[in-house]
Amino acid sequence: MKAAVIQFPGSNCDQDALWSMRNDVGIGAEYVWHEETSLDGFGAVFVPGGFSYGDYLRCGSMASESPIMQAVKGFANAGGPVIGVCNGFQILCEAGLLPGALLLNQEQKFVCQDVHLEAVNRTSMWTEGVDRVIRIPVAHGEGRYICDADALAELEGNDQVAFRYVGGNNPNGSVDDIAGVVNLSGNVLEALSVVHSS
Amino acid sequence: MGLTDQEYDLILKLLGREPTMTELGMISVMWSEHCGYKYSRPILSYFSEYKKAMEGDGHENAGMINIGNNIGVVMKVESHNHPSAVEPHQGAATGVGGIIRDIFTMGARPIACLNSLRFGPIRDGEADEEVVSFSKHIFEGVVDGISRYGNCVGVPTIAGEVAFHRRYAGNPLVNAMCVGMVDLDEVASAGADGPGNPVIYLGSATGKDGIHGATFASDALNEDSESQRPNVQIGDPFAEKIVIEATLEALKTGAVQSIQDMGAAGLTCSTTEMAGKGNVGMDVDLDKVPMREDDMTAYELMLSESQERMLAIAHKGREQEIIDIFHKWGTQAEVIGYLNDTGMVTISRHGKVEADFPAKLLTDECPTYVVEPVEPQNCIDARTFSLDTVEQTDPQDSLFKLLSCPTLASKRWVYQQYDQQVQTQTTLLPGQGDAAVLAPRGTRKGVALKIDGSGLWTMQDPYAGGCLAVIEAARNVACTGAKPVGVTDGLNFGDPRDPGVYFQFERAVRGIADAAEALGAPVISGNVSFYNQSELGEVLPTPLIGMMGLLEDANKRIGMALPENACKIGLVKLPVEAGSQLGLGASTYLTEVHKREEGAPIRPNLRAEKDLCHWLADSVNDELLLCAHDVSEGGTVFALAEMCIAGDSGCEVDLSGALSELGSRIDAVAFGEIPGHVVVGFESDSEQALRDKLPNGLTLTVIGDSAPDSGQVKATFNGQTLVDSQTSDLKDAYESAIPGCMD
Repeated sequence: MKAAVIQFPGSNCDQDALWSMRNDVGIGAEYVWHEETSLDGFGAVFVPGGFSYGDYLRCGSMASESPIMQAVKGFANAGGPVIGVCNGFQILCEAGLLPGALLLNQEQKFVCQDVHLEAVNRTSMWTEGVDRVIRIPVAHGEGRYICDADALAELEGNDQVAFRYVGGNNPNGSVDDIAGVVNLSGNVLEALSVVHSS
Repeated sequence: MGLTDQEYDLILKLLGREPTMTELGMISVMWSEHCGYKYSRPILSYFSEYKKAMEGDGHENAGMINIGNNIGVVMKVESHNHPSAVEPHQGAATGVGGIIRDIFTMGARPIACLNSLRFGPIRDGEADEEVVSFSKHIFEGVVDGISRYGNCVGVPTIAGEVAFHRRYAGNPLVNAMCVGMVDLDEVASAGADGPGNPVIYLGSATGKDGIHGATFASDALNEDSESQRPNVQIGDPFAEKIVIEATLEALKTGAVQSIQDMGAAGLTCSTTEMAGKGNVGMDVDLDKVPMREDDMTAYELMLSESQERMLAIAHKGREQEIIDIFHKWGTQAEVIGYLNDTGMVTISRHGKVEADFPAKLLTDECPTYVVEPVEPQNCIDARTFSLDTVEQTDPQDSLFKLLSCPTLASKRWVYQQYDQQVQTQTTLLPGQGDAAVLAPRGTRKGVALKIDGSGLWTMQDPYAGGCLAVIEAARNVACTGAKPVGVTDGLNFGDPRDPGVYFQFERAVRGIADAAEALGAPVISGNVSFYNQSELGEVLPTPLIGMMGLLEDANKRIGMALPENACKIGLVKLPVEAGSQLGLGASTYLTEVHKREEGAPIRPNLRAEKDLCHWLADSVNDELLLCAHDVSEGGTVFALAEMCIAGDSGCEVDLSGALSELGSRIDAVAFGEIPGHVVVGFESDSEQALRDKLPNGLTLTVIGDSAPDSGQVKATFNGQTLVDSQTSDLKDAYESAIPGCMD
């Protein structure tokens, strides 16, 4: 299988993601420039972190309008595995693949620290078999996940919360301690951070 | 413009005519201290590598260390003090941007940033309310600027240091350091060559910001500094990220003959230095330069310090390859001129020649000055300081005071705002060890990095301050398991025309040079910042040392935290004369607890320090040590407390045997700052192997055990209790100090 690592101007985690997929996960991986329009030949899509377009205007908003995002949406809707991490989370939210948005951290400051996450959903293709509690680093300035009450009830009711901060160390003020969500069919994961080997 | 009458006369003589306004502006920035190093060049020749470079064909932007496998590591430190005093966020941000450009312009991918910061007091009551509130404003803005720029540009900020002192209240110090990696056969040059080759302007457009920034940096701050806010450049980390990626991609094509960033003095510096280095001429048409405002004059264009710009020379006929890459990344690339063989830099605007002079006039003819140094009285007094007038205080009470003083307290509030892990190569993070460690992909080796220095030590004994900055930074990387291999320095001083300041500068540089030589870790790059003074006085003389160490195996690195399981704790010492001041002269204990800035630090034993560093690195490589932490500001008990806090552990130690020579004073045992002492943790069956390899003169004394279950820090000396306290209480004091000031 070959994974696409989408590259926007300002992506920062594209290079380590590519390296990690090739060397830790042991799958093929190639960059796909944001101006491309096709994902033919790829079996998975990774939308990396960073500061696409400098996060000007609003995190992820300009990247979500890039030509490649039409292809990413089509790929996701057809059931293809898609993962967005950090800035990728923001881009996929902006692209409307999942409900909600990410705001400036409650403390108004960038935060880089280790957190403990509970893997809540145990059945999606991304979270199946992950340890119940994992310790991972997060690093973001705008990571406060919010959505309206209806959407939240739906996410919870459908077991779409992928990860939750535990131990009282929600670093950004996300609603309901949410650190990651999956779509209804479980093929799209958005998270603020993931273990690189997962 | 900062030129003296004599310098103007020299220009008339060299040029044989009156300079144009544009020429005069260009000469004045190139002959500013910031670019021309007028007062520092003669002294910097103490550094052997610098001397070699000056005698050779010019030195490149940053020095390099060969770490094997065809990999070079480059690093450099640079100050952005004056801009940060006027506009802390942008001043610090553009400092980071500038030093990152110095690294990738060599073809190296930036892999880490560090910073060393000095501010005025942030604690209530330590100075006038206005001063404290201003210092907090500068501190918060600088950290925010570094955070915003470094995080966005995708380079982890992995280590640093922050200290507070009233002498920095009017003139903070912001020194940023960047480290990069490059394939040795792909190092880019900054020397222009090949008449007929096109000159390409790359990156962001030029605006009217930062005009005369280098001259601004070469003068003292005063009331008018506020009006110089327009001299501060504005940074755009996204533009920088684009320029990094486009530059590295363009360099891979082989179409680039040479390249240099546009930093201080912008187009002036890049055009004249590239031409000067390559012994060629350059004909530039400014009408072709991308501009933010099209009414810019030649003077403004040549002196603007707009950020995120590069100048490259293309091999003739291959310029389009470079231009296409920059366009793909969404930024600008324009041919603005051509090289020729005249040696002259010729600048035109609207068809009129605005400057036309030999490149070397700007790069090589800047006069240098030597001042007759005079030792300041405080240095003389420091040598005869007696502890007799210093009353002994309760050591536990003093320990809490030290833990909660902002200079020694936890810097979590700062480093949590920095992305320490982007690029996923950081294997020892801030707060975990004496230095940060990177495990770069493509090699098994580890790169340990640290930046360190003490203004107080340097003020009281400039030579010792220079030595100690190097030695401490070396010991810090050694405590992670690395052998020190290279130094970059940031020299921050007052007005060099003052004989006392010149004395501090000359002695400190001598100290750095001697220590670097003794360690076998050459000074490969650096920066000098003079005129650090304001109405509130001049800063403490502050030489800062960026140190790089190399581990054979990055996976073996150790931190300072006592491990989860119980272990032995030992004190490693090298022979050093504690004198009559017992390590309390110019110590943080004396400053913080007794409010006295007197006495002198102990001068280190340079020869034995190298042995100590190598023994530490070898012991880590042999997997004999579990943790290590050097005794520095705050002394032995402070070091023990930090190891317990970092590991959420405890300890039970008796210092009677290890520190008997300090026995006349219990505060010296607890808080004396003795260079060449390191606290180590190990399993008891490693003890013999550790001893077997100890070089002559070094000693290892077992002082006790860790106590992970009790979580209690207990230290005694000859039956007297130095400390007996819960680690959690110590940790509260340590962690809450800075947030308590800033909330």
